[in-house]
Amino acid sequence: MALSMSGEAFVIFFLARAARRNFRQYSPDKSWDRALLYIMIGCGVLLSLEVTLPFGHKLVWLWHASMAVAVYCMLTMPRFQPLRTLVYAVLPFVILTTVEDIMEFAAPAFKKNTETYFGIVYTVAITWMVTLVIRSGKQNKALEKEREKAREEQQRARFMEAQKDELERIVVERTAEITQQKNELENALLELQAAQTQLIHSEKMASLGELTAGIAHEIQNPLNFVNNFSEVNNELLDEMESEIKSGNLEEAFDIAKSIRENGSKIIHHGRRADGIVKGMLQHSRASSGLKEPTDINSLADEYIRLSYHGLRAKDKSFNANIKTTFDEKIGKIMVIPQDIGRAFLNLFTNAFYAVADKKKDSGEDYHPTVEVTTMKKDDTVVIKVHDNGNGISERALDKIFQPFFTTKPTGQGTGLGLSLSYEIITQGHDGKIEVNTREGEFAEFIVTLSAVYNK
Amino acid sequence: MNVLVVDDEKDMETLFQQRFRKEIRDNKIQFFFANSGEEALFYLEKHNHEAVLILSDINMPGISGLQLLQTIKKRYENPPPIVMMITAYGDDENYKQAMSLGADDFLTKPIDFSILREKLNAKING
Repeated sequence: MALSMSGEAFVIFFLARAARRNFRQYSPDKSWDRALLYIMIGCGVLLSLEVTLPFGHKLVWLWHASMAVAVYCMLTMPRFQPLRTLVYAVLPFVILTTVEDIMEFAAPAFKKNTETYFGIVYTVAITWMVTLVIRSGKQNKALEKEREKAREEQQRARFMEAQKDELERIVVERTAEITQQKNELENALLELQAAQTQLIHSEKMASLGELTAGIAHEIQNPLNFVNNFSEVNNELLDEMESEIKSGNLEEAFDIAKSIRENGSKIIHHGRRADGIVKGMLQHSRASSGLKEPTDINSLADEYIRLSYHGLRAKDKSFNANIKTTFDEKIGKIMVIPQDIGRAFLNLFTNAFYAVADKKKDSGEDYHPTVEVTTMKKDDTVVIKVHDNGNGISERALDKIFQPFFTTKPTGQGTGLGLSLSYEIITQGHDGKIEVNTREGEFAEFIVTLSAVYNK
Repeated sequence: MNVLVVDDEKDMETLFQQRFRKEIRDNKIQFFFANSGEEALFYLEKHNHEAVLILSDINMPGISGLQLLQTIKKRYENPPPIVMMITAYGDDENYKQAMSLGADDFLTKPIDFSILREKLNAKING
């Protein structure tokens, strides 16, 4: 009896406490918290009443009733589902005490005889209870660990999610940045391309400017011949008429021969002027980009004269010896004449500039000389431009074909001449351009073009 | 009178021969031609005893007309040959330089042959 009384009080107290702890830990729902607390307090109060009051043992039925309600509630209400193991643990004990009390009330004699068995059954029930409670505790701990793990997992997942979001944000940001940079670079590139076109045009115009004086001089000479021979022919015609009138036919025939000779000279010089003007137009015109059969020798000859007279017109004291050695076997090879002409012009102008520069610091014994040699060599045509100027320094040698590199004083060179020549020869014509030089002595540019003939 | 014409344009020879055909026919002037300064000096070395009037272009490859003038005036003092300069660049600079080097006359291209004829005739008669 005493066992059942205090036992059930403790069991209810223990269940209420366990439920309260469980709810507190895992459920945000606080609705049962207070009620369970009251139940615990009620247990304490009731237990002390039972112990102190003389009719205390009568309360045993109240305990049984409470216990029955508690067990029923805990087995049926879904909220108490996690505590079911505990209910199973206490259930045999609860039933046993109830049965014992009923028997004591209904058949005290029988109860007395079976006291020993009850003791054994009690031992089993309590052992069962203790075992299950311990197991439940272990299970709870394992569960708790599991939950902890899940929580950690969740936390980590949340962290990862946050990180992923951050990364995505950064990616979007960077993408925007890169896109902007790309647009800026594209714009810059377009501007640079426009600037390059402009610069190439300026360079062309600058070299045309250099040429103008040379061209004027070159045209003047043939024009003088055309005028002079025409005048002479008029005089000769007068003479021929008078010779015919006086019957000197032989004389007249001689004069006619001279007239014819002069006529062909007029045609020759007229064509010469024509060729120069055409060359000038070709130079100023945008390159046709078309390869056509071109006489490399006459192109070189024409441009070296233009270059020479161009410099001569700018610098009155300038003079140089021009030596040309042309290989007549070359014939007409397929090149873009305007482009190759420009490349030649740059090489010649540089050569003349170099000898003029050296002349300034040299005495009478120095003879400025620019030599052009053409040569047919297997399937190639080699054009050598040699000058006995100051040569190219080791330091400058690496850079001479770079755009904007110039050794001329500021404002005198665009620095594009050689780089354009290089481009024309290597990219435009699949050719080669090489340099030999000794500082203070000479510079030699060797252009090699493939000898392609028109079929 | 012997006249040496120095010019890198080869057709100058034909032109002078036609322009001065009367003078040549009448044996008043005999023309010699050199295509460069070097050739001119070579000619002068061979014929330095002959009285010579030299007509030289200034702008030529190799030895320029001005260098030729300087050399001639230095080398042939007795009697100094008459040197007339002819150039397409009739600028002050060229003129002053030619005169300071002792040029006897300075003509610009295109050559006015009637003026040249007068000048040559004046030399022959004077």
